Amino acid sequence: MLSQHFPILLVALPLIAAPLIVLGRSGFLGWIASLAVTGAATLMAGALLAKTTAAGTISYAVGSWPPPWGIEYRVDAANALVALLVSAVALVAMPYARRSVSAEIGQDRQYLFYALLMLCLSGLLGMTLTGDAFNLFVFLEISSLSTYVLIALGRDRRALTAAYQYLILGTTGATLYVIGVGMLYLATGTLNLADMAARLPDVSDTRPGVAGLAFITAGIGLKFALFPLHAWLPGAYTYAPSVVSAFLAATATKVSAYVLMRLYFSVYGVDAVFRDMPLGPVLAVLSVAALFVASAAAIVQRDLKRLLAYSSVAQMGYITLGISLGSATGLAAAVAHLVNHGVTKGALFLLAGGIALRAGGTGLERVAGLGRTMPLTAFAFVVGGLSLIGIPGTAGFASKWALVSAAIGDGQWWVAAAVLLSSLLAVAYVWRFVECAYFRDPPQDAPAPGEAPADMTGPALALTAAVVAGGLLAAPVLEASARAAAALMGLAR
Amino acid sequence: MGASAFLHPGLWLAAAGVAAFFLRGRARAALLLAAPLAALAFLWLIPDGAHGRWTFLGLEATLLRVDRLARLFATIFAIMAFAGALFALRQESRIELPAAFVYAGASIGAVLAGDLVTLFLFWELMAVGSTLVLWSAGPQAWAASRRYLLMHLLGGVLLMAGIAGHVAATGQVAFEAMRPDSVARALILAGFLLNAGAPPVSAWLPDAYPESSWSGMVFLAAFTTKTAVYVLLRGFAGTEILVPLGLFMVFYGIAYAIVEDDMRRLLAYSIVSQVGFMVTAAGIGTAMAVNGAAAHAFAHILYKGLLLMAVGAVLRETGERRLSALGGLARRMPVAAAGAIVGALSISAFPLTSGFVTKSMISQAAADAHLQAVWLALAAASAGTCLYAGLKLPWFAFFERESGRPAKDPPATMRAAIGLLAFLCLALGVAPGALYALLPHPVDYGPYTAGHVVAMLQVLLFSALAFALLLPVLRRAPGGRMRDADWLWRRLVPGIWAPLEAAMAALRGGITTPATLFARRATDAIARFGAPTGAFGRVWATRTMMVWVVLLLAALLLLSYR
Repeated sequence: MLSQHFPILLVALPLIAAPLIVLGRSGFLGWIASLAVTGAATLMAGALLAKTTAAGTISYAVGSWPPPWGIEYRVDAANALVALLVSAVALVAMPYARRSVSAEIGQDRQYLFYALLMLCLSGLLGMTLTGDAFNLFVFLEISSLSTYVLIALGRDRRALTAAYQYLILGTTGATLYVIGVGMLYLATGTLNLADMAARLPDVSDTRPGVAGLAFITAGIGLKFALFPLHAWLPGAYTYAPSVVSAFLAATATKVSAYVLMRLYFSVYGVDAVFRDMPLGPVLAVLSVAALFVASAAAIVQRDLKRLLAYSSVAQMGYITLGISLGSATGLAAAVAHLVNHGVTKGALFLLAGGIALRAGGTGLERVAGLGRTMPLTAFAFVVGGLSLIGIPGTAGFASKWALVSAAIGDGQWWVAAAVLLSSLLAVAYVWRFVECAYFRDPPQDAPAPGEAPADMTGPALALTAAVVAGGLLAAPVLEASARAAAALMGLAR
Repeated sequence: MGASAFLHPGLWLAAAGVAAFFLRGRARAALLLAAPLAALAFLWLIPDGAHGRWTFLGLEATLLRVDRLARLFATIFAIMAFAGALFALRQESRIELPAAFVYAGASIGAVLAGDLVTLFLFWELMAVGSTLVLWSAGPQAWAASRRYLLMHLLGGVLLMAGIAGHVAATGQVAFEAMRPDSVARALILAGFLLNAGAPPVSAWLPDAYPESSWSGMVFLAAFTTKTAVYVLLRGFAGTEILVPLGLFMVFYGIAYAIVEDDMRRLLAYSIVSQVGFMVTAAGIGTAMAVNGAAAHAFAHILYKGLLLMAVGAVLRETGERRLSALGGLARRMPVAAAGAIVGALSISAFPLTSGFVTKSMISQAAADAHLQAVWLALAAASAGTCLYAGLKLPWFAFFERESGRPAKDPPATMRAAIGLLAFLCLALGVAPGALYALLPHPVDYGPYTAGHVVAMLQVLLFSALAFALLLPVLRRAPGGRMRDADWLWRRLVPGIWAPLEAAMAALRGGITTPATLFARRATDAIARFGAPTGAFGRVWATRTMMVWVVLLLAALLLLSYR
């Protein structure tokens, strides 16, 4: 049956599509192919999630080589959820991409854009689904390398600097990760994550085991912009093409955060990470610093995309804060916020892309008067902003509630206080948008009132609707997150 | 969900508000007038008990819990939504009335909420809805609406933390009577009190409400603080700390209202003061006190709405809020003047008006509970209330000298709204039985005893005398001077005012000024630090980024070294 090959197909399909798109040398064909691939990927990821929910973990032996000798793809409630997030956001971004890419990237390079996007998708899905530490590194590099180029495709020349910085930092992160994996391999003699988990308890307190964890934390932390390793992110998100910003903001950092969860909770196990080593307090302190410092920086930005980028650094802090609690409820809250914030930020960056197209930029001076010139976009942006703050009725509230409950349940009142107080800073940066969009007159050279084209506004509004749906019907995501947390923690035993 | 949950009056009212945003003309007016009446009908069709169980965030929530206390508050909210809509039909802003209906609907949802989570959801919706009402007044209200929103989201944060802690500790989400005996429940109480306008943050109310439009304040004054009174009565009746807090609010409001020249700020301070009566009663917590607080909330919504309508009509007609610049409008705006007088008599608790039959219940509760000091303070406060609201406000706005401003009475719909509320104020005063029958506990109390009436008339006459004696002084000190005329209230009742004034000066000077200074310095520092040119916000050099990577890695390795 075809469905049993979904784990590998999900990764292979975009990987095969990429060279085919290059051979096709047509932006339009590339777009069609990408649309088809993301559609198929979303269906497959949905099927996998349903299957893991019903029947538990799926182990897929690539090339029929049984693990731990061959590469294993191991799908459970956790990575199926992340895979669905990644492919669904990619799918929603596709109808949007056509016009947005036409406006921002030259006709002769559009097919390359789609090829790279497929490579990036393949890399992210591979990182998510693989059950092999070195295979994970390979896909990390695939997604990273394609991301560097995607960012460099931005119209602004500063995109080149941003891409270069991300290249240096991203490569460093990948190197640190692979050094960590090397030490683990040294200590356990295996690269299969499940196998490693079984052998680690004997060696986790040895030097290689301990140092490996430090290297992995720093390496993966770099990839998801753990404060203070976040400095590559604002530039990358600000100057990348609109679709890329939206796709990366919604998925790339989230996949890396998932990888950290997998390595912490499934491979090392809660005891090794949080009891034998002081990673809980370290992560918690860095997360809280991110909540306040990055949020404060977001308040004083003068560009909408940059504001959102700093907000992303802060919001990643909620995810790592959930991880740092080292409890099942904290982890579930982290997974829930991973999904909810992914959708929220995706929606906001898609809206920002529409604003860039219509208003001629995302500087706050271009946003002025948007409430009158692009009422629908401005309203949707406010809804997304409410989710960043965590107002009830939006997805952000559900995960913030879960996080606060988890923190209080673990007796960590100061964590709950930090989460809640930092949300007031989010009010301040969201208010910056409200103030510009509704309280100021449009600039002299503002275009005539009108929304962005329907094929751009539509996907953005669809994601915004998902934000509201995730707030009103919070149960599905929270339940899926709880299952994901159980799956992540169960593997270690 | 049971069938009754589909009659949820709050949700229907909020939905009507959203629908009204897309309508124009007669259809809009018809919807806005019909929706509160329908909500009222639904409210009374729902039988007592819990309805609409639902699961949110894995918690067993109850959308509707109808009992006498909840029904009383929901009833007056629906009545006020109707009167407010009637008054505000002529409002040019297309956003204000829809937002006000969402706000009113959320308030009804909050008082009908059967559990803390549902309550919190409606609580936050109230904050958003009321901010929109304020914001829609125009650019002069925008700064105030931002401060207002932040303050209420802060309250929401306190409440959310408290509820999360309470749920984590007890596993219960039901909203029942509790004591502030843990951090979590103390936070819940703090969240409630913030919305009630309790110290130390009472100032959010007079800071924000007066900036709303001529019709917006009618809505703002009715719902937020009274929802807070409801949750205090429901959750914290008999909590001793509420008595001093409430009394502080009473006198804080009076003190500022007496010296305030801006008639809308005066009424905003008056809200704090009147809500203080209710908070005090919630602190006393006996059946009589709870009845009194609930009844007084009911009456206060009506007479404060009436006063704000009269003042709103003046504002709409003249664009003037300062009492010192008004005067002599009674002949040209007789309906507004009559409304203001009925409202002023009610707020002063003049016999045969609504205030008399409700405020006296709170005093009686204090007397029954042998709280002589509280009883005495409330009596003194009645005199003060009469002075600023019963006499000063109507006298300077509608009588006194001739200001020569061209003005005329407002259009028919606004006059009808004023008439409706004036009628209700008087009807409650003449026949309090109807209101008493709605109260949460059985009422065995009649306000019209000779003792009560005579005592109240003495207090009021004393106020009138004081006002008459002070009038020449007030005349000579018009406008801006009145704001600085602290000697007036310092001499009036020296024993009470002097320490209060000192406390307030200390509050203002000792906390506010350094706090403002600190806040300004902090925001400046953040701006310098995080801005695109600042040390943090600018594009970091790649080597700086690498230094941090190395530092973090080294730190992690060191920390894990054994």
